[in-house]
Amino acid sequence: MQGFKFKPIEFVPAGTKFSFVSHWKLALVETVVLAIVTVFLLSPWGPGLNYGVDFRGGTKIEIRMKDGPADIAAIRAKLGALNLGGLQIQQFGQPSDVLIRMEEQPGGDKGQQEAIAKVQRALGENVELRSSEVIGPTVSAELISSAIWALALASVGIFLYVWFRFEWQFSVSAIVALLHDVAMTVCLFSILQLEFDLSIVAALLTLIGYAVNDTVVTFDRVRENLRKYKRMSLGELIDLAVNETLSRTAMTAGAVLITLIALFVLGGPVIRGFALAILFGMLVSTYTSMFVAAPLLYVIGVKREWGTDAPVRKPAGPSRERVTFK
Amino acid sequence: MLYVDRWKVQAVALTCVLSLLLILPNFFSPQTVSRWPFWLPKKQLSLGLDLRGGAHLLLALEVNDVRKDWLDALREDARDRLRKSKIAVSAVGIVGNSVQVRVAKAEESETALKALRQIVQQIGNPILGTSGNDVEVEKGEGGSISITPTEIGLQQRVGSALASAIETVRRRVDSMGVAEATVVREGKSRILVQVPGIQDTAQLKDLLGKTARLSFHEVHETRTVEEAKKVGVPPGYKIYPGDSKEEAEQLLRETPVVRGDELTNAQPSFDQRTSAPIIVFSFKHSGAVKFGNFTSKHVGKPFAIVLDDKVISAPTIQEPITGGSGQISGRFTPETATQLAIQLRSGALPAKLTIQQESTVGPSLGSDSIEAGRRATIAGFIGVAAFLILGYGLFGLFAIIALVVNLALIIVAMSYIGAALTLPGIAGIVLTMGMSVDANVLINERIRDERRAGKTLISALDSGFTRAYGTILDTNMTGLLAALILIGFGSGPVRGFGVTLAIGIVASAFTATTVTRYLVTGWLRWWRPAAIPI
Repeated sequence: MQGFKFKPIEFVPAGTKFSFVSHWKLALVETVVLAIVTVFLLSPWGPGLNYGVDFRGGTKIEIRMKDGPADIAAIRAKLGALNLGGLQIQQFGQPSDVLIRMEEQPGGDKGQQEAIAKVQRALGENVELRSSEVIGPTVSAELISSAIWALALASVGIFLYVWFRFEWQFSVSAIVALLHDVAMTVCLFSILQLEFDLSIVAALLTLIGYAVNDTVVTFDRVRENLRKYKRMSLGELIDLAVNETLSRTAMTAGAVLITLIALFVLGGPVIRGFALAILFGMLVSTYTSMFVAAPLLYVIGVKREWGTDAPVRKPAGPSRERVTFK
Repeated sequence: MLYVDRWKVQAVALTCVLSLLLILPNFFSPQTVSRWPFWLPKKQLSLGLDLRGGAHLLLALEVNDVRKDWLDALREDARDRLRKSKIAVSAVGIVGNSVQVRVAKAEESETALKALRQIVQQIGNPILGTSGNDVEVEKGEGGSISITPTEIGLQQRVGSALASAIETVRRRVDSMGVAEATVVREGKSRILVQVPGIQDTAQLKDLLGKTARLSFHEVHETRTVEEAKKVGVPPGYKIYPGDSKEEAEQLLRETPVVRGDELTNAQPSFDQRTSAPIIVFSFKHSGAVKFGNFTSKHVGKPFAIVLDDKVISAPTIQEPITGGSGQISGRFTPETATQLAIQLRSGALPAKLTIQQESTVGPSLGSDSIEAGRRATIAGFIGVAAFLILGYGLFGLFAIIALVVNLALIIVAMSYIGAALTLPGIAGIVLTMGMSVDANVLINERIRDERRAGKTLISALDSGFTRAYGTILDTNMTGLLAALILIGFGSGPVRGFGVTLAIGIVASAFTATTVTRYLVTGWLRWWRPAAIPI
């Protein structure tokens, strides 16, 4: 293996020095603008979110035309005549596949089933029912509240964990960064009016887990540098930490990006929205950890009296050691 | 770095080999696997409904039904106790959420209270601080006494009703002859039914839609329904509607002679003479005795068979039925007779079940999803592997080996804890491939840093590994937190995604700190390299 000639590519050259914290004003403005835009989009004056049946209650059916591409306009005309109330009809995945969403019909479960049967009759013989989902109002109300609880719980949990492992200033920066990513993704779904259902909430939770990773890695290095360089100014120190972890950020983001693109392109229409939410949120979070979390930490400031003893310092050279977490 | 406990390496190597061996069955069809010799692993990952196709029903137990039944029982109990204590009552009835008793003589109200207090039962667990009375008996104004169920009493009732409903639902679903149906409790008052392979839920819903409470009642001997409507219903009696237009209303004694829970068997059959569909049934011994006594005393008089508070038939007793078996001839079709027989055999539901969520997935969508998931997984793996080789060369190869072990561990863990693979679960696995690389990335970047700081080869590797651990712990803990919340919050598919994510995080922390490390150690020892190739 000594003849191993291949030279790995360093995606971020060593010694990259880019100042992140000096752009803190820009980051602040951008974050405030984002917050205002988000509030507007979700307010009664904004477009709001296009909630899926999970949250709204109602019926979702997926059909496939057995005789080639579906004619959405014709389907809309046929189903519009049935008087089923709010209907959403869209092409879904392949040209022959159509997704139909109906609002809740009167008459309990029977009412929903009759509506599905009506739709099937109206569309004729050449239609295959690929899936159907009926969600009652009790369940949808519960799903909304549990989704909000889950997001809140995840944020609080992460806030406390970062506080416990670092200091409160780090916690605040991490949480702002995290909310920033979630807000961005929610804005995307609001502006494009993409279906916002349970899987998107799952995506946001995953995103929270991932986004905070990036921030924690940077903060870990900041803390280490705080111990190492007692005299360096905080700005320089944070910049150094971000630059030092830049290569790691690029590698991890790259690997995750590859898997997400694979999911988005090849994973099928059922999880496309989910993949898009994480894909977009993850790109945002890579930016956020560098341009929002780090500068925010600089603006808030941190205490400088950190002990000199690095957590686990092992003597150099061969040693018989055990794996220990500090 | 060079010296690692031999037993540790052996344990890790064994884990890797074992996990790779245990995922083998997943690459073959169940038929092939079933022919394997006994010493090979056979456990396969089970597929979720969204991948294999099938129906999913979320049923809610009507809590109000449970409450109403309990109040009825409390009223009967109160009446019995006061009768035994020889206390005259002027009225016993259900008012709102409690049973109200009015004693005829005011001076007897203290003894009545004492008698009624015996109904109260201590329930719950005193150690957990959840104990309490199931009902409260209180004295009201003017000699009235109220018996009110408490919240924990009701919760306990709902809990046991749910448990018996689950049993009944399971028996009814099993009677459909479908393989691998699951019936599980969901939350406090719901039941989740998953039946793979069926598309049409109509039959399933018909079967579960009836509580199927059967009872045999005495018909009032002198008064007809019309008279009762004019003059008033005698105490202890009630007018029951017929189950169809052809079946007349009946004035029946409310307390039945025999209840359906005394049945041991019920089968659909045909009447010998008219060849109409009927149901033949047999009673338990106790039920047979009661029914025998009743029919002996009432020969020539009608009695009524009531199903879910509706009269399905009111035949005349021709002769005493002492053999403990009989037949019901309602207005059945062969299908409804079969269905009712199943429902009677599997027992009555303690309360009505309402459908709150329902979904079906057809086989074509399921197989499309499997195919899409497979393609995304393969593409994701190849992409990540290429990226790792590009970025870290030989060390990238080590990371890929760790990744393969990681994936194997996820699949093995899922198949052995019985977590079904769903489409979001596949997404979780694909995503884990990207995220779990992070631990190796952190280590490799650390090694690069240490090397740049001018450390020797072994020392750079050594501190690269040890110093990355703290960061790996932090990042994994926050990721794990998010995954656990996904499991706690999610239902069905979302939970599947959370499970794969959580297992993936734990597995990646394990592989990055052991597998990669030992691979690097081995490489150091055998090749004695002069420089680190990253």
